[in-house]
Amino acid sequence: MSDEETREPVVTPARVAIALCLIAPFVAMLWVGSYAKVDPAFIGIPFFYWYQMLWVPLSAALTVTAYKLWQRDRRGRAASSSAKGGASE
Amino acid sequence: MKDGVNGVALAVFIFFFLAVTVMGFLAARWRKAENDSLDEWGLGGRSFGTWVTWFLLGGDLYTAYTFVAVPAAIYAAGAAGFFAVPYTILVYPLIFTFLPRLWSVSHKHGYVTTSDFVRGRFGSKGLSLAVAVTGILATMPYIALQLVGIQAVLDVMGVGGGEDTNWFVKDLPLLIAFGVLAAYTYSSGLRAPALIAFVKDTLIYIVIAVAIIYIPIKLGGFDDIFAKAGEAFSQTNPATGKPRGALAPAEPGQWTYATLALGSALALFMYPHSITATLSSRSREVIRRNTTILPLYSLMLGLLALLGFMAIAAGVKVTNGQLAIPQLFEDMFPSWFAGVAFAAIGIGALVPAAIMSIAAANLFTRNIYKDFIKPNATPAQETKVSKLVSLLVKVGALVFVLTMDKTVAINFQLLGGIWILQTFPALVGGLFTRWFHRWALLAGWAVGMVYGTFAAYGVASPTQKHFGGSSKEIPGIGEIGYIGLTAFVINVVVTVVLTFVLRAAKAPDGIDETKPEDYTADAGDPGVAVELPPATAGAGH
Repeated sequence: MSDEETREPVVTPARVAIALCLIAPFVAMLWVGSYAKVDPAFIGIPFFYWYQMLWVPLSAALTVTAYKLWQRDRRGRAASSSAKGGASE
Repeated sequence: MKDGVNGVALAVFIFFFLAVTVMGFLAARWRKAENDSLDEWGLGGRSFGTWVTWFLLGGDLYTAYTFVAVPAAIYAAGAAGFFAVPYTILVYPLIFTFLPRLWSVSHKHGYVTTSDFVRGRFGSKGLSLAVAVTGILATMPYIALQLVGIQAVLDVMGVGGGEDTNWFVKDLPLLIAFGVLAAYTYSSGLRAPALIAFVKDTLIYIVIAVAIIYIPIKLGGFDDIFAKAGEAFSQTNPATGKPRGALAPAEPGQWTYATLALGSALALFMYPHSITATLSSRSREVIRRNTTILPLYSLMLGLLALLGFMAIAAGVKVTNGQLAIPQLFEDMFPSWFAGVAFAAIGIGALVPAAIMSIAAANLFTRNIYKDFIKPNATPAQETKVSKLVSLLVKVGALVFVLTMDKTVAINFQLLGGIWILQTFPALVGGLFTRWFHRWALLAGWAVGMVYGTFAAYGVASPTQKHFGGSSKEIPGIGEIGYIGLTAFVINVVVTVVLTFVLRAAKAPDGIDETKPEDYTADAGDPGVAVELPPATAGAGH
């Protein structure tokens, strides 16, 4: 990482977290082998189905998290760039 | 079907149909602005907020055909049909990354279609034409399938007529439904489906909520439903000599499942109708916020898919799988509520059909008519052409469904999904980088289209010699995967390799009319609100 003071780093912990939130559903859903089974069932619904449906709210929550982090990241950047009296986005 | 017409259900159905017809015509006055630009008719004035966009996109993406086909796939084969759920889960994190950029650049430059963007970004009318033609080709059979959805409902209600009825009497209800749809789309533009989407989605949510509680109680709970379904799937299918399906996909089917989910997720927002609904929203924030609330529809889709198992457990026996769910509703619900359910599916066909025909018409007007036939068309002329083409597109879809076998529409829809995915590199690639060369993108697109078409042609099923399915062995890997995704990977490889070659050969690069800051602009930012009207209106002068 460079230690320039005028430019903010492109990769920040917040951005890594945003990326992870967005990638997690892909890993979970495309790894079909991890959930292609019938047991344990939930109120009679085989694992395969309730697990994937559980991922609908999970991935929505992750997208909300990414959205909030992204908003904060953007506000932080806008504030710090105007504080430096300068360059617009 | 069962004996005769279900009078009560039909009356309820007609009531809702009339209600949305009135709404469709009144929609013209909703948030009306006094000008004739294509933005007004074709994008609802780009004025929709978070909730209108949510209803509109939901009404647009989760079509009547989806409601009929997803549970029908489960009814036919079990687990394999459930890929629609991971598919819609993956769509939202995916579009979170690129859709706001498309919204921003389109707003800044007054783009109405994806092809507008591709032309502006790469300075290539050829590439833009390729994207437009692909979009129109992929949308047409999709509209036709909405008709198949309505037909399924009409058939179960007993108004489709028997095999021996006169064709005119048999198809009259469908003709009326489509005539009405065409009329209010013509007069109100995108505002009509936006308003009707409220009714459609409300009805669908009510029907699903009731179905998912009421039917399992009548059938003795999910334990019984899945026990019966598991038994039915283990029976040998005489046509293939293999079990009919399974409750969880076996090892060989897992690649197919994952590639279908991923490929379909990548393709969904390449469809013109998805983009039309996106660009009609008021601000960039509306899009991002929608990626967080649209998953509610995925949950509904998952519950809906489970109805396929209930149809098996309830002993619904239909030769045409498409009728399984309408028949389940007819068997399980009291007549009046079956009518509500049928209305939900019927109106569920009208909303996307209207948006799709508008989207296809916009593509034709902006990227074929204006770019190649009449470059100096005024905004008023653009709107006029678009309105007429939206009619033509619908008539085309109607003729398609009435004259040809339903399987033809389904085959083309399958191909359409493969084709539309081939526009991904130009569109999404273009949103992030200008590195790809326009000719390389065109070549990659062409190779993907040809490979996808031939591969799909070569798939046989027990009932069809060609276009029997959408998955095939992936060359070099040996697993069975979604053809569209394989074609997409080949497309990207060709594009990357040729870009290196063309850059080395210093082939002329098109002019890029966009600037990096255009991709992050939001409504209210300096320049965006001010520049939009001249950019749109001025485009014609």
